[in-house]
Amino acid sequence: MPALPPRLRVAAVTKTYPGTRRVQPLHVLDGVDLEVGADEFVALIGPSGCGKSTLLNIVSGLEEQSSGSVALDGDAKAKRLGRIAYMHQRDLLLPWRDVMGNAVLGLEVAGIDREEARGRAQALLPTFGLAGFERAHPASLSGGMRQRVALLRTMLRGQPTILLDEPFGALDAITRGSLQEWLSGVLAEHRRSTLLVTHDVDEALLLADRVCVMSGRPGRTVTTFDVDIERPRPQATLVSPRFVALKRALLDALAGQAHEAA
Amino acid sequence: MDRLRLLPSALVDWAPAAALGLAGIATWEILVRWLDVPRWLLPPPSAILREICGSAGLLATHTWITLQEILLGFAAAFAVGVSLAVAIAYSRTMERSLYPYVIASQTVPIIAIAPLLLVWVGPGQASKVIVVALISFFPIVVNVVDGLRSADDEMVAMFRTLGATRRQIFAKLQAPAALPFLLSGVKVAAVVSVIGAVIGEWVGARGGLGWLMRVSAPQFHTARVFAAIAVLAAIGVLLFVIVGAIERWQLRNYRGKT
Repeated sequence: MPALPPRLRVAAVTKTYPGTRRVQPLHVLDGVDLEVGADEFVALIGPSGCGKSTLLNIVSGLEEQSSGSVALDGDAKAKRLGRIAYMHQRDLLLPWRDVMGNAVLGLEVAGIDREEARGRAQALLPTFGLAGFERAHPASLSGGMRQRVALLRTMLRGQPTILLDEPFGALDAITRGSLQEWLSGVLAEHRRSTLLVTHDVDEALLLADRVCVMSGRPGRTVTTFDVDIERPRPQATLVSPRFVALKRALLDALAGQAHEAA
Repeated sequence: MDRLRLLPSALVDWAPAAALGLAGIATWEILVRWLDVPRWLLPPPSAILREICGSAGLLATHTWITLQEILLGFAAAFAVGVSLAVAIAYSRTMERSLYPYVIASQTVPIIAIAPLLLVWVGPGQASKVIVVALISFFPIVVNVVDGLRSADDEMVAMFRTLGATRRQIFAKLQAPAALPFLLSGVKVAAVVSVIGAVIGEWVGARGGLGWLMRVSAPQFHTARVFAAIAVLAAIGVLLFVIVGAIERWQLRNYRGKT
């Protein structure tokens, strides 16, 4: 029996923004290769400005790559826009909608019946720590809660593949830590193929099955680490010997890239 | 919010304006009497008030004529303004071809157009409705164009990754984001529409407050002119307050940026 193609395969993707008379062309990505298998969690880590967000824009179908291919379930010609969930660093909640209204947005867009959509959201509210906040508006919520609403909106849409662009980057360290632990629990229950972009080494190692390291701009994938620690991983994992060893290796790889970039 | 808290806060909000107005009226009354200014030159507020009460029927008749022109013209301006704004915001071609003329239309003095309209469509209601519409569609177009473009690019990207169509992005993101802008435009439009109606009536009409002022002034019936002005000002303030109330109600949850 032939092996199933990975859920997502990015092969030799490059991106160059054409210059104009006044602006130099910008070579952002220079050969990115990575795979995300079904229900696998892959983290992508690299120095800032290495084109991580551009890569997510390409994978999600918002932008076109200059060369190379992105295949979804083995199909490089598949239309990706709308088939891959994408959660940004900013929560992007609609201020005029309450928590419930924001959560069901994806289902609404997909044409799911209103009562049905609300029922599905209602069932997930406790998991997302939002029970009782259905009628609250984003302005009255904390940053951590807003981010959980955004994740609920992303998960509810039901796309099997999720891109996360530094989802907890704007939060304070304590909130970030508890949300990472919580997210790893949620993903254990609601399996998704996940590609996380981050510059937080702990976050990558706490959440991912594999961590890809990118070079500085123009970004390429340089090396990959398998994180052979049982998931989900509680915060205590941060000080386990295996975690510390992996973290050292990962930091070394990153330092090499940062050095090269500088 | 509970009702009990609404009333006193409204009183607090309006108290300074009311106090200033009363002080102004009192000063006016005292000065006119003290300096013995003739009635036909500048009547005291008490005479204007007497005129308003004494000619209530007459004023009401003409107020109704003017109000109809304002409301019809404003409705036309709203419909045309919003449609133009949507066309301009969503089509580069429309923007390039239409927008310059929308702006140019505001540089043409209405006072020069109004007599021509009279010739073209006659001295009836239509010419005033057109003047009102011409003067009040502009703030609506400009604000709604800005509003439709105010939704941020990442927000649009988020909708696209959810699989939203262009129409859905308009209905669920850009249109609600434009609502505060629309209401700002409507507030300005409501006030200028009053001016439009008066200009329209001034150059030729068979009735309305503008017409009443125009026929009263040469007869030195100055109190009546001021009575008409007072009613017009009240209409303007009232329209503004109504739109303001709609705004507060519609935008009660619009906190934070899109």
